[in-house]
Amino acid sequence: MSPRSSAIERLASPRPRPVEVLAWLLPALAFFLVPDNLALGVSIMTYAVAVLALDLVLGYAGIVSLGHAAFFGVGAYTAGLLAVQGWKEPLTGMLLAGAVSLALGFLASFLVVRGKDLTRLMVTLGIGLVVYELANRLSSVTGGMDGLSGFEIGPIFGVFSFDLYGRTAWWYVYGVLILVFVLLRLVVSSPFGLSLRAIREGVSRMPALGASVDHRLRTAFTLSAGVTGIAGGLLAQTTQFVGIDSLSVGRSADFLVMLVLGGTGRLYGALIGTTVFMIAHDYLADMNPVYWEFWMGLLLMAVVLFARGGVVGAGRRLLQTVKTKFARAAP
Amino acid sequence: MRADTSILSADASIALSTERLTKVWGSFIANSDIDFRLPVGARHALIGPNGAGKTTFINMLTGVLAPTSGRVFIGGEDVTADHQERRVRKGIARTFQINNLFPGLTVLDSVLLAILERKNLAENWFRPLKSHMAEIEEAMDLITDLGLEAQAGVEVKTLAYGKQRLMEIALALASRPRILLLDEPAAGIPAGESSEVFSVIARLPSDVSILFIEHDMDLVRRFSQRITVLVGGKVLTEGAPEEIMVDPRVREVYLGESAHG
Repeated sequence: MSPRSSAIERLASPRPRPVEVLAWLLPALAFFLVPDNLALGVSIMTYAVAVLALDLVLGYAGIVSLGHAAFFGVGAYTAGLLAVQGWKEPLTGMLLAGAVSLALGFLASFLVVRGKDLTRLMVTLGIGLVVYELANRLSSVTGGMDGLSGFEIGPIFGVFSFDLYGRTAWWYVYGVLILVFVLLRLVVSSPFGLSLRAIREGVSRMPALGASVDHRLRTAFTLSAGVTGIAGGLLAQTTQFVGIDSLSVGRSADFLVMLVLGGTGRLYGALIGTTVFMIAHDYLADMNPVYWEFWMGLLLMAVVLFARGGVVGAGRRLLQTVKTKFARAAP
Repeated sequence: MRADTSILSADASIALSTERLTKVWGSFIANSDIDFRLPVGARHALIGPNGAGKTTFINMLTGVLAPTSGRVFIGGEDVTADHQERRVRKGIARTFQINNLFPGLTVLDSVLLAILERKNLAENWFRPLKSHMAEIEEAMDLITDLGLEAQAGVEVKTLAYGKQRLMEIALALASRPRILLLDEPAAGIPAGESSEVFSVIARLPSDVSILFIEHDMDLVRRFSQRITVLVGGKVLTEGAPEEIMVDPRVREVYLGESAHG
């Protein structure tokens, strides 16, 4: 291939490769192979939606956020409160959850884009703390520390009721995850997505190209907040419970850890990282419910110190090494 | 596509000008009352010893720095209050003395982005990058023009230093400027290879007005039609290369500098 066409080939593209389509069938395989642990699958995919959204701002635009649980929790409470008030239709409930978080994200984005790295981190942390405390204080609405429970969600498309085993929930969340992935893939392979990566790589050059950096970052942050709200809505609808910890800074940190474990700036890192984190959590907490975070801490340090680009980054390098070895072995 | 913005004052033959442009930091006067005119199509060199205020001047022309006093005009239009982004859209582009690129993007990504920004397409989020064929072709043509075709698909940070200097120029050219400001385009490149950078500049369309900062007097003599000498933030003199090269004041400044360094 000429350098020209191979360079064009390397441009970001939303079109899925065959191997990706196959990879997306894996969860469906898991549905049939491990039918007695669907709840874990549902929560992996729910969090994956939030972590994908975080990848847009962190992995692409380069904004580290410790406040994304605010958008997650606000989405969860929106969906939960709607159901409490009798709005049981799940799809519109989920979209409204996203819309409320989107609006909150839009307002927050004006604060977030001011200042640089540490300032931004502190602003997102502040947003997280403020929203958490507000929810705590407004306990007559949010249920405070007890959370929100005792609501029901209607059937999807008016046909598929949520069942005790989580089968409907599983397919519901799987569908939403695919749609969110397709949307974000479209965004990151567009000119807008390229400009986000450029901001991450060399923000000081952007004005010299005539680009308005703040506006781009605000758009990315707002979109990310909206998608995170959808994830929160899914959590509320599939567990029929909203706890105040869904808004906590600890939850924001979990999102960050999941993303970094998998690898930032490639979308698949968000999916792999969330899966690794949730399965490790499930497994380690089974062994020792108190000390699981000890092992998670070790795993996190091992990944950031020795596996640049997270699990996905390390995997790609391994694949590359194997490929070159084979190419040498068989000239 | 010359803009018809020169209703106020002026002389359509002047691409860029300043009026008593001054920058003061505390008690340090970086630029003092600089009156400058860059005619359309000029090849104009800005020279002077280190610390003379050359980069400060460029930074005020492009809007990176706000002047303490004085005004900047593009084609007769007062742009003193305009941000950097707006001035770029009015036709001014620059390169940086110290590489200011996108290290993790490929050469094609970088140039393509600059073109998309110029065409106001960079906020588009629903149409894939790959479907912008006209812009991709334009980017590849520019990359080929600058001799970077073989590296089009590699990350900018892996390019040799000299190629990174060419990327500085590529990004500036991608915005199709009417006025191009080059801040030591060959800085850090071994003397033998710097003429490669300047041969790129020499091939630019003749209606692009160019102001460049350069220390190598040989390059200045070969590529400039006019020279402005800046010393201590003030214009010492301005003239054709043959006048400047024999000007005793200029020789003194340069000999004085070389005497202690």
